[in-house]
Amino acid sequence: MTHTNKATLTRRELLIQLCKLLKEGTIEDQIDRIPLNMRPKGNQSLRCCIHKDRAVLKYKIMALLGFNVDDETDELTSLRDYVLRAKQRKSLTSKVMTVVDEACSSCQQGSYQISNMCQGCEARPCSENCPKNAVNFINGHAEINHETCVNCGKCMNECPFHAIIYRPVPCEEACPVKAISKDEQGIEHIDHDKCIYCGKCMASCPYGAIMEKSHIIEIFQAWENGKKIIALVAPSIAAQFRQSMPKVYNAIKKIGFYDIIEVAKGAEYTIEHESQEWSEKMHSGCQFMTSSCCHAYTELVNKHISELKDKVSDTPTPMFYAGKLAKEQYSDALTVFIGPCTAKRHEAYFLENIDYTLSFEELGALLIANNIDIEKMDNEINMQFADSNVQFFAQSGGVTDAISKKTGNILQSEIINGINKASIRQLKQIAKGKTESNFIEVMSCENGCVAGVNTLIKGKQALEIFKKNQNEIGR
Amino acid sequence: MCKEQKYIIQICTGTLCHVMGGAELPALIDYLPKNLKLKVQIKGMVCANYCKDQTKKPPFVLINSELMQEADLEKIINYLQKCENNDTYQ
Ligand code: FES
Repeated sequence: MTHTNKATLTRRELLIQLCKLLKEGTIEDQIDRIPLNMRPKGNQSLRCCIHKDRAVLKYKIMALLGFNVDDETDELTSLRDYVLRAKQRKSLTSKVMTVVDEACSSCQQGSYQISNMCQGCEARPCSENCPKNAVNFINGHAEINHETCVNCGKCMNECPFHAIIYRPVPCEEACPVKAISKDEQGIEHIDHDKCIYCGKCMASCPYGAIMEKSHIIEIFQAWENGKKIIALVAPSIAAQFRQSMPKVYNAIKKIGFYDIIEVAKGAEYTIEHESQEWSEKMHSGCQFMTSSCCHAYTELVNKHISELKDKVSDTPTPMFYAGKLAKEQYSDALTVFIGPCTAKRHEAYFLENIDYTLSFEELGALLIANNIDIEKMDNEINMQFADSNVQFFAQSGGVTDAISKKTGNILQSEIINGINKASIRQLKQIAKGKTESNFIEVMSCENGCVAGVNTLIKGKQALEIFKKNQNEIGR
Repeated sequence: MCKEQKYIIQICTGTLCHVMGGAELPALIDYLPKNLKLKVQIKGMVCANYCKDQTKKPPFVLINSELMQEADLEKIINYLQKCENNDTYQ
């Protein structure tokens, strides 16, 4: 049904509480109360008891304060202490996500299970077809011996009653590159040598145990110190609020951002360069070139498909150029990228001109903490919008369209709409030259950034609003 | 008594409700069961300050004049079904 679930809402509620306290300036005194207020005595608990619930919330807050949850050395450290430490912190890290071990339910290793639909039939194809003799019948009911089972799934396919099901570990299932796995205690850990920061584990965990390490503390500190902060807003925002763009931008300014630069402005440069680069490469006899704006994709190539490396465009991303524009215009200001993407947080860490990142969720929390209702904002704004062609960059196929227009429509493109295990296999084939196309566009999220992992509205709905908003502005 | 559009559903479009899950509620139209499809009209409503009441939780939805807090698709559909059932018994 909808993509927002109770685990996402818990995260948003925590963000809102945090922003409110930061705004009021009472964070140090009040932060340890958040878990108590959200799970008061006498309330029904989600897990075994309210104490467990509160502990989970505490560690989720720790992540939102920008810490690695497994870095805790003393369990008695209060959230207040963490706030003080966060305020002292001088630098961010490239590890943008952390697993909240307290919340990770240690889902059992993915396995096949016999349900009570099993009729104990005479044919027993499950046990007949098992190559490892792992299915036995006890009291006329099939049972799988998990010691010998190799998870081939033949029993499930053979059962005439559909009585056998596969129970996955959601985060491991969602990760396209096997970068998340269990330790001896069954708790998941991210292997940063493999992780491409796509955020799919985070979006899939039913316990909300995987969290982004927020920069919210740093951003409030900067405001407190009187810094100017420039918001670099990703074009996918057009799908996020069901409100007109001038209203949304006015609301962002009202939070306290000094100015707004559309990341789409940066995309104008990306397209210019990438089109030229593509033409040059085709002239010099290259078979094809791939896009490079999706950071999860470039990480994928770097860490897992190195044979594709020299095919990836060298053109910097729209975020890079937007940061550059901002710092040229305001040399004394800090820049914050606002977008739907976990991978951009990682990319930003390495870019000199991007100081911090905020997700659309975090933006929402900031608006609420500031009592801003977008609907009530002014519908007029004095700013220079980016070219309408490039706004569609945020949607799968948008990069292709823009470059195609620039280069005179001789582009033959293949679009990889979403990174998953199957599309990685496809990319490996493409790396071997098995493609008819001369341009490959890759987006980690299905439908593109408009439906990114950290959005308020996803999928088909997001796409519809996006198109409507872009057309309405009629730029 | 199957008047057309006997249920008017107003989804709060204020930013707080939107962020706390209201954003995706307009998808309701796609998920309504057959028996309800034609009887429901979905609209937006500006923040009516229900969110100022600390004892209640967003997102807010008005179904005719009934206020629903912590609304989600399932809750709305269940509520409508219940109304329908009561109507048939009367
Ligand atoms: S935002 Fe929905 S009632 Fe205020």
